Amino acid sequence: MFDDRYTLAHKLYPYEKHADQDKAEAVRHPVVIVGGGPIGVATALDLGMQDIPVVVLDDHEGIGMGSRAICFAKRCLEIADRYGCGEPMLDKGVVWNLGKVFHKEGKIYEFNLLPEDGHKYPAFINLQQPYFERFMIERLRALQAEGKPIEIRGKNRVDAVDVKDDHVVLDVMTPDGPYKIEADYMVACDGASSPVRDMLGEEFTGKVFQDSFLIADIKMKNVDFPTERWFWFEPSHGSGASTLLHKQPDDVWRIDFQIGWDVDRKEELKEENIRRRLDAMLGDVDYEMVWSSIYTFQCKRMEKFRHGPVFFAGDAAHQVSPFGARGANSGMQDADNLGWKLGLVIKGLAPDALLDSYSEERVYGADENILNSTRSTDFITPKTEMSHIFRNAVLNLAAKHEFARPLVNSGRLSVPCVYDGLSLNGPDALPGAPDRTRVGAPMVDAPIGDDWLLSMIGGDFTLMTIDAEAPETIDINGIEVKRLALTAEGNPELAERYLGDAKTAVYLMRPDQHVVARWERFDTASVKRAVNTATARV
Amino acid sequence: MSEVNTKPNIEGPDDFYETLLAAHEGKTKEESDAINARLVLILANQIGDREVLSKAIAMAAET
Ligand SMILES: Cc1cc2nc3c(=O)[nH]c(=O)nc-3n(C[C@H](O)[C@H](O)[C@H](O)COP(=O)(O)OP(=O)(O)OC[C@H]3O[C@@H](n4cnc5c(N)ncnc54)[C@H](O)[C@@H]3O)c2cc1C
Repeated sequence: MFDDRYTLAHKLYPYEKHADQDKAEAVRHPVVIVGGGPIGVATALDLGMQDIPVVVLDDHEGIGMGSRAICFAKRCLEIADRYGCGEPMLDKGVVWNLGKVFHKEGKIYEFNLLPEDGHKYPAFINLQQPYFERFMIERLRALQAEGKPIEIRGKNRVDAVDVKDDHVVLDVMTPDGPYKIEADYMVACDGASSPVRDMLGEEFTGKVFQDSFLIADIKMKNVDFPTERWFWFEPSHGSGASTLLHKQPDDVWRIDFQIGWDVDRKEELKEENIRRRLDAMLGDVDYEMVWSSIYTFQCKRMEKFRHGPVFFAGDAAHQVSPFGARGANSGMQDADNLGWKLGLVIKGLAPDALLDSYSEERVYGADENILNSTRSTDFITPKTEMSHIFRNAVLNLAAKHEFARPLVNSGRLSVPCVYDGLSLNGPDALPGAPDRTRVGAPMVDAPIGDDWLLSMIGGDFTLMTIDAEAPETIDINGIEVKRLALTAEGNPELAERYLGDAKTAVYLMRPDQHVVARWERFDTASVKRAVNTATARV
Repeated sequence: MSEVNTKPNIEGPDDFYETLLAAHEGKTKEESDAINARLVLILANQIGDREVLSKAIAMAAET
């Protein structure tokens, strides 16, 4: 009656019978999250840290085996840092800077990512998804110990939802049988095949790419394999359109073979067949198989991520091709975006309309991700004869000439989107200021003495002043805006990233660390207006 | 506004044309296609200006 759909790597939230199950009437909770994957747990951390009671229901008792995501980008790690679990990820993760690109039998060029200095987190790390998830669950447990109102219930499968105007009734199945639970708001983080999406009859539209990938995670024995990313176009070891090799912690390597659509999955997944591919590629090395799987992908999204009291986040709301590692990375931004908005509305500090902006902003983000990963896919797997000719022309030129290298697209690094021109934005009134920290952009980190800017900002509305005066706190109809007073002196990165040619600056930041507005000087009325705009209170 | 130069701009047009065709002499269709594609990319980088490139692409796609 209650079988696992996948094997667990870590059993972290074993089923326990909850008092709710014995109640005659369904118990109402402010927020119920369906799905305890990375995005569901991130959303729970966000809400719990704001003291909003939240219940996570997951149909398993822990984290699934097998890594899936391995690349976690800077913004994703910064969000995890705000939740208090970024550092263990960074400590465990692998950082690489050297990439090599191959076409057919030969290496065509190599590149160094040359990351910008002055950030707490690197451009990205490689880390097995089960570790990423485990660090978040450990943080959840620590917050529980501090008395934060977060609950996670294992083997609680949501079988039906009844969406009312102002709440949701959920039918939950457990090893002790079914029970009902109610939620003022429900967040569906139940993954790419989202049962909740089906229950609501919502469509998931976009492109399905007719290709499959064979992933093998292998542990190298006694080999000094370099910490680099290798990408092959049309590899001579005879494995389809592309192959990617990547290092993970614990001497584990990820190899991704693009093997085409018409494959016999069962046959391909036999160890001897995987080894045949690996041996053809790696030559004479000794390794042990850790995990393997075949997956296909799609580039799809829901039309809207909000349906009354129901929100969709993570893979349930959008799915992208794996090139560019945007799945979990963008899902974390969903959690970051939804958390503070739900918090303010539940506390009665902002109107319901604020919640619509979640869909507005994250649909915008999803489209950007889908665009980028579709472009990578089209480069890696050309769809027509002519696009194949051009693609190979780019690779051929890239071997000899630097100019063609930026055209080589083997997956673009996931970067967070800038909410240009969207409804929560205030005025961009700081002449000469840098473009990268414009209104709508996520903040850019910078070292401040021994600390980091983003750690100092935290997760509230903040007024960051650089060599400008402002009150220490301002109460704007119940929302407290705290000042962070900084100076350009001795902080060259801060000056470069936030002042540009300006002499002074006042930045208003949202709780998810996006820029709401910026000015040269503080002015009470302007800040009030901008906070009201950013919370849909106008 | 950057525009595509539609006025004659190549000195010695016959010589240029001959050089262009010479590159394709004795080549298979596949090799020629590859040469053309590389040439487009090299020239596009030389121009650099995205607006001019877009206009040139649109002009070429006109039938
Ligand atoms: C091969 C591969 C490589 C990838 N590489 C990367 C990468 O490098 N970087 C990156 O950012 N992303 C990557 N991704 C994407 C990433 O794995 C996903 O985006 C991420 O796991 C999405 O998290 P989620 O929480 O939305 O969904 P999931 O991780 O799918 O979690 C959904 C959860 O909901 C539970 N659930 C489902 N139905 C119910 C129900 N009815 N009731 C209760 N619970 C339910 C599930 O058991 C599960 O725990 C990759 C994906 C694949 C397949």
